[in-house]
Amino acid sequence: MERIPILQMGEFLLVTIQVDMHDRLAMALQDDLTNRISKTSARGVLIDISSLEIVDSFIGRILGTIATMSQILDAQTVVVGMQPAVAITLVELGLSLPKIRTALNVEKGMELLRASVGRRSKESGNGRAKR
Amino acid sequence: MSLNGKTTIPEILKKYQAELLTDWLKEQAAAGIRRDNFIKETELRQQCSEFLSLLTNATQSGNLSDIFAPEWSQVREMLTSISNSRTRQGFTPRDIALFVFSFKRPLFDHLRKEFAHNGEVLADEIWSATDLLDKLGLLTTEIYQKNREELIARQQEEMLELSTPVVKLWEGILALPLIGTLDSARTQIVMESLLQMIVETSSQVVIIDITGVPTVDTLVAQHLLKTVAAARLMGTDCIISGIRPQIAQTIVHLGVDLSDVTTKAKLGDAFLVALSRSGFKISRSEGEF
Repeated sequence: MERIPILQMGEFLLVTIQVDMHDRLAMALQDDLTNRISKTSARGVLIDISSLEIVDSFIGRILGTIATMSQILDAQTVVVGMQPAVAITLVELGLSLPKIRTALNVEKGMELLRASVGRRSKESGNGRAKR
Repeated sequence: MSLNGKTTIPEILKKYQAELLTDWLKEQAAAGIRRDNFIKETELRQQCSEFLSLLTNATQSGNLSDIFAPEWSQVREMLTSISNSRTRQGFTPRDIALFVFSFKRPLFDHLRKEFAHNGEVLADEIWSATDLLDKLGLLTTEIYQKNREELIARQQEEMLELSTPVVKLWEGILALPLIGTLDSARTQIVMESLLQMIVETSSQVVIIDITGVPTVDTLVAQHLLKTVAAARLMGTDCIISGIRPQIAQTIVHLGVDLSDVTTKAKLGDAFLVALSRSGFKISRSEGEF
């Protein structure tokens, strides 16, 4: 069965969806990604969906759940490169994914991820210093 | 004679064509159709005689009830072209329909002369003539209506294209000045052009200015929020600006939740926020004044 590759870049994981998502592929990605996060204890996940041209309500929901699951595993998640048509479709489906952070492209997504992870480690550092 | 149910209108049309034409022209002048300078006497005469001969030809088939039959196609074409040209010249639908209806009196006069001795046949003949001319008259009104509707549809389309510009204010900052009421069709176009522009300019902040939106109801607010949500999914922040006091009141009274969106009263304020989010700073140098 085909899989979506998950690449590791330092403390971040990079998921690039290059093929049309179908339901089983999406479920497999959900499985793989959560396993990888716990194995590598990654601090951030970047999901690039710039090649994704068609979404349905299931894929939209899965994108949301994948991002929420990664957040539970303490990895900041950013979805980048959403196509205009996909954005309109998701909004029309009522899936505006309010809890997920988004960025225009991989570069800006990486910036956002670095900034938020940096800020969080500083915060937790301060917390320890106080104790 | 037409006691066997066969009408003699075709024969009468054929026999008295010249007289009918003269009477008809007189009748049109008397009916007070506004001709002014739009149609010259000769042109009208020519139109009338052409219509009369087409009508005569069409009636020869004996079919006086169904004007959508193939043998009436030429008459229909003629009426369509007359109606079209007169609509363009600014005639009212009444004037255009009168062109057909004014033919009733001349035709009835001739029918009366022909059947003066036989009331029953006369009534029958007048009925079928009225029926026919009414249908033709209504056809001109229908054509007029259709012309109008086409015009309105075309103007609507043009307005849609005119009223949805997306402006690049600064590197990474877009502005979307909305003018006029937001309906579903317009929101769709606005959303599409905005998202397309976001991709092209890779902008990170969009200012949606609603100074030109006359009223905000729940539907408009919902459309606005949809646009904001779609832009956010692509990784772009939205600021809504140009909220007039009345609109702020309506939004709160309607219970629309705008708490997830940054809102500013003036476009200038929104621009300042956008600049500072993008890391720009405005400072005042020594003025020249």
